[in-house]
Formats: sequence, C-alpha cells, structure tokens
Amino acid sequence: MITGGNIFTVATLRAQTALFVAVLFGVTLYASVCNLLLPQDSVFYVSTYTVTLMGKYLCYALLALAVDVIWGYCGILSLGHGAFFALGGYVMGMYLMRQIGDRGVYGNSELPDFMVFLNWQELPWYWCGLDHFWLAALLVLLVPGLLAFGFGWLAFRSRVAGVYLSIMTQALTYALMLAFFRNEMGFGGNNGLTDFKDILGFDLQADTTRVALMLCSALALGTAYLASRLILASKFGRVILAIRDAEDRARFLGFRTQDYKVWLFVYSALLAALAGALYVPQVGIINPGEFSPLNSIEVVVWVAVGGRGTLYGAVVGALLVNYAKTRFTGVMPEAWLFALGSLFVLVTVCLPKGLAGLLSRLGSRRRRLAAVDA
Amino acid sequence: MTLQKRIMQKQILQNTALWAIVLVLIGYVFCRPVYGEGEAVELPALAQQLAGVKLKELPNLVGQLEVAGKTAVVPLFEALLNGDLYYRKVDRLVVIARLSPAGDYQLRDALLVTPLGRAEKKALKKIRISNRVRSGLRDAIARLTLFSDDPTLRRPAVANLFNRLDDDSVALLQSAAARETDTDILATIERALALHTLLVSPDIPAQLQALDKLDGSLEPVVRNRLAALLESTENTGATRDPAVIRKAAAVLHSIHADIEFYEFLETLFFGLSLGSVLLLVATGLAITFGVMGVINMAHGELIMLGAYTTYVVQLLMPDHIGYSLLVAVPAAFLVSAATGIVIERSVIRFLHGRPLETLLATFGISLLLQQTVRSVFSPLNRQVESPSWLSGSLELNAVFSLTYNRLYILVFALLVFVALLLVLKRTSLGLQVRAVAQNREMAKAMGIRTDWVDALTFGLGSGIAGIAGVALSQLTNVGPNLGQAYIIDSFMVVVFGGVGNLWGTLVGSFSLGIVNKFLEPATGAVLANILVLVFIILFIQKRPRGLFPQRGRAGQS
Repeated sequence: MITGGNIFTVATLRAQTALFVAVLFGVTLYASVCNLLLPQDSVFYVSTYTVTLMGKYLCYALLALAVDVIWGYCGILSLGHGAFFALGGYVMGMYLMRQIGDRGVYGNSELPDFMVFLNWQELPWYWCGLDHFWLAALLVLLVPGLLAFGFGWLAFRSRVAGVYLSIMTQALTYALMLAFFRNEMGFGGNNGLTDFKDILGFDLQADTTRVALMLCSALALGTAYLASRLILASKFGRVILAIRDAEDRARFLGFRTQDYKVWLFVYSALLAALAGALYVPQVGIINPGEFSPLNSIEVVVWVAVGGRGTLYGAVVGALLVNYAKTRFTGVMPEAWLFALGSLFVLVTVCLPKGLAGLLSRLGSRRRRLAAVDA
Repeated sequence: MTLQKRIMQKQILQNTALWAIVLVLIGYVFCRPVYGEGEAVELPALAQQLAGVKLKELPNLVGQLEVAGKTAVVPLFEALLNGDLYYRKVDRLVVIARLSPAGDYQLRDALLVTPLGRAEKKALKKIRISNRVRSGLRDAIARLTLFSDDPTLRRPAVANLFNRLDDDSVALLQSAAARETDTDILATIERALALHTLLVSPDIPAQLQALDKLDGSLEPVVRNRLAALLESTENTGATRDPAVIRKAAAVLHSIHADIEFYEFLETLFFGLSLGSVLLLVATGLAITFGVMGVINMAHGELIMLGAYTTYVVQLLMPDHIGYSLLVAVPAAFLVSAATGIVIERSVIRFLHGRPLETLLATFGISLLLQQTVRSVFSPLNRQVESPSWLSGSLELNAVFSLTYNRLYILVFALLVFVALLLVLKRTSLGLQVRAVAQNREMAKAMGIRTDWVDALTFGLGSGIAGIAGVALSQLTNVGPNLGQAYIIDSFMVVVFGGVGNLWGTLVGSFSLGIVNKFLEPATGAVLANILVLVFIILFIQKRPRGLFPQRGRAGQS
C-alpha cells in the first residue's frame, strides 16, 4: 500500500514544521517590508505585482494542502476540490460585490451591476445579509462545509471508494460549473463576479491592502499547516492513516471508518474554501471557470509533484508548478499544456512519491553512506 | 475508279447536308413554339430577359416563362423567390448564385442548374422582385408542380396550397384531385377541400361530412382554422349549427391528442438519439474501464482523434464526400487504436494495479493530445461536411419527422455494439480478454500472453472511441475540446450501467439519454444535465456497483 508520511520520527517532524513556518513567515515578512518601506528604485524593492502573485500562490498552496490531507493521508483522491475553493471564493465575491454599493456602472446601490443588466427587480434571498463581513466569513466556511458533509456522508456511508469516488467528485464540480454558468442562478453567469472596490473599508488596489492580504494568506497557510500536523498526529490522525493503509482492518477493529473520513473530508473542504475566500480579493475576479474539472485535477498534480503525504510537499509542489506556469504562459503559452501533460505522466510513472520522495531517498542514501564511512 | 468514287461520295455528302439544312429550316418554321401574344422567343432567351428587367414588366415576363418552360422553370422561379437569382455584370448572363463557405458565390445555370464556377459579389447584380411578383411566383410554382409527373414535387405543392386556401387554390386542387394517382397525396388534397367546404359551405350535412374527413388531420393549418372557428363562434355569437361546433371541438380534441402522441414519439426519438451517441462514446470506455479496469481519461481525446481523422479523410478526397465516411470509419478506428496501443505500451502498463495514478497519467496524456491537435490543426473548429445521404429527414407525417443523420447514427451505434459483443463472445481474442479480466494470474498460467492481450484490448476500446468520433463529427463541431464534453457523461453511463457489463452500458446510455430529453422541455438543457448528474450521484449511493453489477469473483475488488 501507499506509504508516505510516517517515515519521519516525531523529532524530525517537529524540526520540519518549525523550518516550514520559519521560512514561510521569513519570506513573506521580508517581501512585505521591502514593498512598503523601501523606495521603488531600490535593488531590494519587491513590487506590488510580486506581492499579489505571492499571495495568489499561497492560496494555491493552501488548496494543495487541503488535497494532500485527504489524498496523502487518507487515500481519497478528490478531483473536485476546486468546487469548495470556488464556493468559498463566490461567497467572498458576493460580500465584495455588496461593498461596491452605488459605485457600479449603473450606480444602483441596491443591486449589483449584472442584476441591473438582467433587469432584476430585487436582490435574491441568498444575497441578503452578505454586506456584513462576519456573516460572509461564516458562510465562506458553512456553505462548502455543508456540501462536503452532505456529499461525504452519502458517499462514504455507502462505501463509494477509489476511482468511483474520484469520478463522483469530478461530476460534482462539473455539475456546479454548469449551474454557475446559468444567468438565472444569480451569480453573474458567464462573467462571474468582478470589479471589486474595497474590503472592510480598505481599498483593494492599495499596496498596504495587498500586503495585508498576502500576510493573511501566509497566516492561514501556516495555521492550516500546524493544525493539520496536530490533527494527523492525534489519535484521529492515526486512525486516518490506518484507514488509508487497510480500511477493512480498521473497520473490523471497531472504528466507524466512514465517520472519520467524512470529518476529514469536511476539514479539507474548509481549508479549500478558506483558500478560495483569500484568493478572490487578491485576484479580483471569480467566475464559473474555477469549477472546471481541469482546475481541480491540476491541484492534484501540484500535490503529486511535491510528494503527497508530507504536507510540505504539497506546498512546495503548488509553488513550483505555479511559478513554472506563470513563466511558461508568459513566454510560450501553447507550450504550457505540453509541459503540464508531460508533468502528469512523468511524475506518476517515474516519481510516484514526488520531489519529497526524491529528497528523502537522497537523504537516506547519504545517511547510509555516512554510516558506511564511519 | 477511286477518283469517281470520291466524287460520288462528295456529291452525296453535299446533298445530305443540303437536305439537312432544308429539313431543319422547315422544322424550325413549323415547330417553332409561339410564346405569349405573337411574341416568338426561345426559353433561354426569355430567361435572359430577366437581366435588368423593369419591375413593372416582371409579372408579364414571369407569365411568359411559365407558359414556355413548364416545370423546367421551377428552379429558376424558386431562386427568384428566395433572392438567389443574379446576373453577371460582364455578360448579363442570368445565374443562380449561392454564398459558398469560402465567402464568394457559387454560380449555376438558371435553367439547367449546372455549375458555372464561382464569382465575387461585386461581379453580380441581384434581380429584385416586388411583393406582387412574389405571390404570383408562388402561385405559378404551385400550378407548375401540382401537375408535374414527379410525386416528390406534387407533395410540397399540395402542402403549399393547403396553407393558403382561397377560391383559386381550391379550383387548382380540385382539378389536381381528378388526375391524382398517389393515394397519399389524394388524401391530403381531400382534406384541404374538406377544410374549405367546412369554412365556406352553408350546407350543414356537408360541413359535418367535412369534419369527418378532417378527423386525424395533422396539418397545422387545420388545427389553426378549427381553433379560430371555435373561438369566433364563442366571441361573436353563434352563426353556426351547434352540432357542427360540437363536432369541431371533438375533432380538434382528437387532433391534439394525436399531436401529443407524436410529440411524445419525437422526444423519445431524440432521447434514443442522445442515447446512441452516449452508447458510442461509452462502449469504448466499457472495454478499457469495464473490462480492463483502466481509467482512461484520454478517452475523450481518442474520440476527438477519430473526428479529426474524418476531417483529414475529407480533405484527401474532396470529390467523394459521399464515400468519405465509409473510408473514415476504418481509418479512424486504426488511428485511435494505434494511439491507444502506444499509450498502453508506453505508460499504462507501468501503472498496473494503481488506478488513481493511471487516472492522473492518462489525464496528462489527454492534455498532450489536445495541445498536439491544437498545434497541428488550429484551436478553431474544423468543418466536416455531411454527405448528401445523411442530410434531410424522413417525414412520416406533418408533425413527425426523423432526421437521417440521427437515424443512421442510432443504427450505427447498435451495429458497433453488436460487433463488439460478437468480438468478445465469439472470437479467441474475446475469450482471452475475458479470461484476463477475470483472473490475470490464472490466465497467464494457462499460456495467455497477458501483455499482448492488454495492448489489444486497449487498442480495441480506443478504436471504438475513434469510430464514435466519426459519428460525432456529423452531429457537433469538431474542435480540440470535442472529447472533453463527453468524458464525464460517458463515465457516468459506464458507472450507472455497471462496470464490466456491456449490456449495462447499453441500458444505461439509452435510459440516461431518454431521461435527459424528457426532462429538457420542463427544465432546459443545462438543468436537465445537472439533474441527471445529481441523480446518478444519488443512485451510486444506493447501488455502488451500478444497474447490473458483476457477480462472483470478478465482481469483488
């Protein structure tokens, strides 16, 4: 069976976590300081564009972490995590739309522009109350959480597993994509939600807001990393590992495995939703394309490249692949799909444990060589 | 001797030539047709007068053309009516011109309808007509076609007159009824006359009799007139006999019931058609996923390759579009099967027993194939032409018709399915495939080359995907994203029907297709699609192994 995360001792895990958090906050704080305090012509100045890009990558990393938690540690390959990400993003986008007020193109303080355009007379009920940040923040977690609970409860209770589950999750995000493309849904249809002005009264275009959002993403990622470590090290986490390696045995030992899976699935969906909610204000748009099955499956590749079942591997994979994507699509856009496709094939065939697996193999080889030398 | 002979031959020749000229002249004088009032012009010359004719003189000219040309001028009249009649500015030649896909106009002779090459829009001048000429042309076409020898011309002519019943058209129809031999057309004419009787005759028994004849008539005009008749008596006070009104209401009711029935049949046909597409798309998947257990996310792209093969075949034989599909089917099978075997040998065999990794790797391959097609052809959709035997429709009656392309694809899907069943059940390859699917180790121990069987099975499934691509190229746009649209649906069909069971795939695809089409009128296409997806997600909760689960050892895994 798959073995990944549990080859490290408690001590190395602790060192790893400390290193991860230190690097994460070191880099993001450095970038913030350099952006806000240094003059633009300084050699060490970090542009706001780079800061926003970093914030975006951190959100992707959080999404990858969410996928790694269930795929790497519980063996559930979700091809629909983009759905939770996009739902979180849509709730946040709705809050941001309400903040525009009468500054839209039509100057209507009651309705968002696209509703005026579609001749809607009043706000649909599900948009009510979303001008309050606290309610939006609650719904960011509640809506995807409930969906994940409902889906997981149905799926895991009837023991849908493996490939079937993967295809079901893909169908879920596909159905949501079709639904959100409809204008009648009241989420802006094809164009989605965009043209945001400010968040909590702060201008979204300002450097300070950008830096603050990036730091929030870093904080969310760091917290999620620590929380996931703690959860996976707890008794709950040990059962999760047992389920991954031999679900039947875990069940025969008396664990209600479906409950464990549902709660882990919900936790993972919450992380994805949080990532989506942080992503939207930084990117400035959310549209149904985020639900497309291709997006969700790309996340899986980030995790596979970094190495699943390690948490830090997922983060590293997300950062690396997205950096490569930004670079590639800038230079030769048509080559990106070739690169991504080859990455899928190469990683699965040649590097099943990803870069993290490569690292640990090199590490153990060095240790072996050192032992021989001694 | 030889000289004499030659002179004699020369004289004979001269005589014959002389006689021939005389004969022709006599024939010309006697047989020269006399057009209009003393004006003697030949048909082509008459047609030529259309070039630059004044609008005032056009009705007269149309009348002359009708008398001179009989049915030969029907295409010309139709072109004039549809605004397709032009004349060339250089030589003032009157031509039928249609916009070609290339952007210029394709010219045809106005009378013989033979191709005359192409021309730019600038080089042509349209022959304009007025509304008065338009109705005159319609009448003329109806008159000419109604008495033609060809029933396929008479049928639309009758239908045309049926739609605008007046004293003129009724007179025409009456004279047509007297010489009509086709019982079907005769019945239509009788219905038209009955409708006219009902509307104008003061005689109540005649009206009741007419209503009897109209019972079961599906023409929209009958429905509209009957509804208008009932409404007018309700609103403006009864000027009609109550018995007639009662009977008319009953007839209208039964007509509506008939139409509802045919609409049901039509939806059913659309459902079957969608089901046949799903069947074609999912059959290949039922082999690779169902029998081999390989999740092939590149299946959609193998379908796309089949569609592009059709496109290339048509490029190679532009003059034989009619046969191109017959060539495309085996070609697409070979292309997709070869691609499939390469994929199996280079990637999938290394991932045996690791379904999730197979899923990811094949997804990567699908991206590669898509991007390759995008680079080689273009990201834009390609135009695949339909041969003439696939276009048009089989009209069973006024409200129910089946389009030939959907009908043929339905039959084709079933043929492919049967062929696949025969391969699996009746050939030694099929036997080996089933053996490997049931127990790989045991099959190997019995001397079956499992590697070889794997490659061929995967090639078979991929080849069927290619054939599905040929069929899809006749229904949808051929572009790099063609496959993606079907991949999720086809997985749903296989999972719904039961993995590893071909009959399940058959039942699954047709039931999903029919359910989808019956939901569509109520919910719209997108919502119907979503509802079906949700339904399958819930269904899988109830029966995780699909409609027809595999039983026994092969089913446990």
